[in-house]
Amino acid sequence: MSAATLESGPRRLTGPVTAPSLLRLTRVELRKSCDTRAGRWLLAVIALAAVATVALALFTGHDPLSLSDHLEFAQLATSLLLPVLGILLVTSEWSQRTAMTTFTLVPRRSRVLTAKVLAASVLALLGVAATLVTSAVAVVLTPVVTDGAQDWSLGAAELGQVVLLQLVYVLSGVAFGMLLLSSPLAIVLYFVLPTVFTILVSTVGALDWVADWLDLTTASAPVFDGGLDAQGWLQLATATALWLGLPMALGWLRVHRAEIS
Amino acid sequence: MITVDHLTKRYGARTVVSDVSFSCPPGSVTGFLGPNGAGKSTTLRSLVGLTVPTSGTATIAGRAHRDLPNAGRQVGVLLDAGAQHAGRTGRETLTLTALVLGVGAERVDEVLGQVGLAGRPAGTRVGSYSLGMRQRLGLAAALLGDPEVLVLDEPANGLDPEGIWWMRGLLRGFADRGGTVLLSSHQLREVEAVADQLVVIAGGRVVAQGSKTELLGRRGTVVRGPDRAVLARALQTAGITVVPGDGDALVADADPLAVGQAAAAAGAVLTELRQAGGEGLEELFRSLTGSADAATQQQPAVAA
Repeated sequence: MSAATLESGPRRLTGPVTAPSLLRLTRVELRKSCDTRAGRWLLAVIALAAVATVALALFTGHDPLSLSDHLEFAQLATSLLLPVLGILLVTSEWSQRTAMTTFTLVPRRSRVLTAKVLAASVLALLGVAATLVTSAVAVVLTPVVTDGAQDWSLGAAELGQVVLLQLVYVLSGVAFGMLLLSSPLAIVLYFVLPTVFTILVSTVGALDWVADWLDLTTASAPVFDGGLDAQGWLQLATATALWLGLPMALGWLRVHRAEIS
Repeated sequence: MITVDHLTKRYGARTVVSDVSFSCPPGSVTGFLGPNGAGKSTTLRSLVGLTVPTSGTATIAGRAHRDLPNAGRQVGVLLDAGAQHAGRTGRETLTLTALVLGVGAERVDEVLGQVGLAGRPAGTRVGSYSLGMRQRLGLAAALLGDPEVLVLDEPANGLDPEGIWWMRGLLRGFADRGGTVLLSSHQLREVEAVADQLVVIAGGRVVAQGSKTELLGRRGTVVRGPDRAVLARALQTAGITVVPGDGDALVADADPLAVGQAAAAAGAVLTELRQAGGEGLEELFRSLTGSADAATQQQPAVAA
């Protein structure tokens, strides 16, 4: 920026004009997810649901529960609700028509989508961190409210798999959002499609193998049940490809080609 | 500097923008005029990369919008004031943009003051803003990065007369400091006072462009007769374009001598024949856009 431009043009802001970094864009996306009343409510509901499930398990359980057990309960709530945040991260740009501003400021749409994927991943990690803290509190309280002793058992492998699963669920939500670009449609189909799929393949006997390889619920069950073996990893990969990879690839293309108005 | 070069946009068989070319030099305000549905918004969306043109190019400072390093720092865009998140406050909306642009929080307060939204309105959610306030917020967002170019689609919509007057001053000042302004409108009065040059578009085509004085110099002839249809046919036979004027008058795109000769040749009776004027651009605008509509429909402008 030469001095001449500064004097003759309307430009007064100093500093070089550089493209916003991916980190900066990710921060913006994270801020978008919690700077509205609706966003804050959703986060509050997710936190409340996680605490409630853990509390329920703590106060009503017969056997003393380990950290791993509590985490499983807490994840029940967040893995269900956090993907909605992922969906809204994308679809609210369309329902509120802010996509126009977003893509005018950052014309390379892939950068915005990458930032959204990163932001959703951060939310997933924060979600697991929050449930882990909640579960730890539950373990601390176990001797106080029950007869059982504190049981801190939680394998590193299990924790890793829990994190991975949470990422898969949230990013699958982002993928559904990208593909459908409509909040109600994406939320309904995100919940209905896999459920219908699960019911279909588990009732028709001949489709057993489909359930093993392509149903995300079936494929992810071993995570809380002793961990994934080699074939389990492979089956989780194929199911993830169907419910995350495919919709995200198609959604990415759709957003890229979409006419924004 | 904005350059639109042979821009065409087709949706299937429908051509929305057809071979549109114009440029906006620095230090000037260009009014982009046309009736609703003329292709203004599609042209502007192509310019800022929200629509991919079928052919042709649109560049800002010689570069396609998507190739600008930080687009919001070079070109301020307001295409639709309604396209704001209803749940965010005015300040938060601008803060998000400021983060992307890499400008400080003090710049947000600066533009809020500039557009008259400082204080209580800044902390109010956009959902409860009036259209005029949304236009001001949109303009604030466009100005935030201190760009050299402004692209505004119908920015006067929803503004009260005082707001329109204020916006004119703002855009005039921006251009006088060397900035480039392109603003669209379907209402000529809104841009007549501020624009240096005009681009008139109708049916997806540019039907007139030039400086305001150039275009004002081009006037037609008001002609009246007892039988309007006969008169219209007489002039059209002579190759003169006519459009309806006030009351039962016709406005012909030729000087009074040619109109009189054409009428005489066809034996049409005249009750009035005079140079159009005084109505200024309004009449020109209506006649240009009107005749373009008629041309696309392959029908005479005046039917019985």
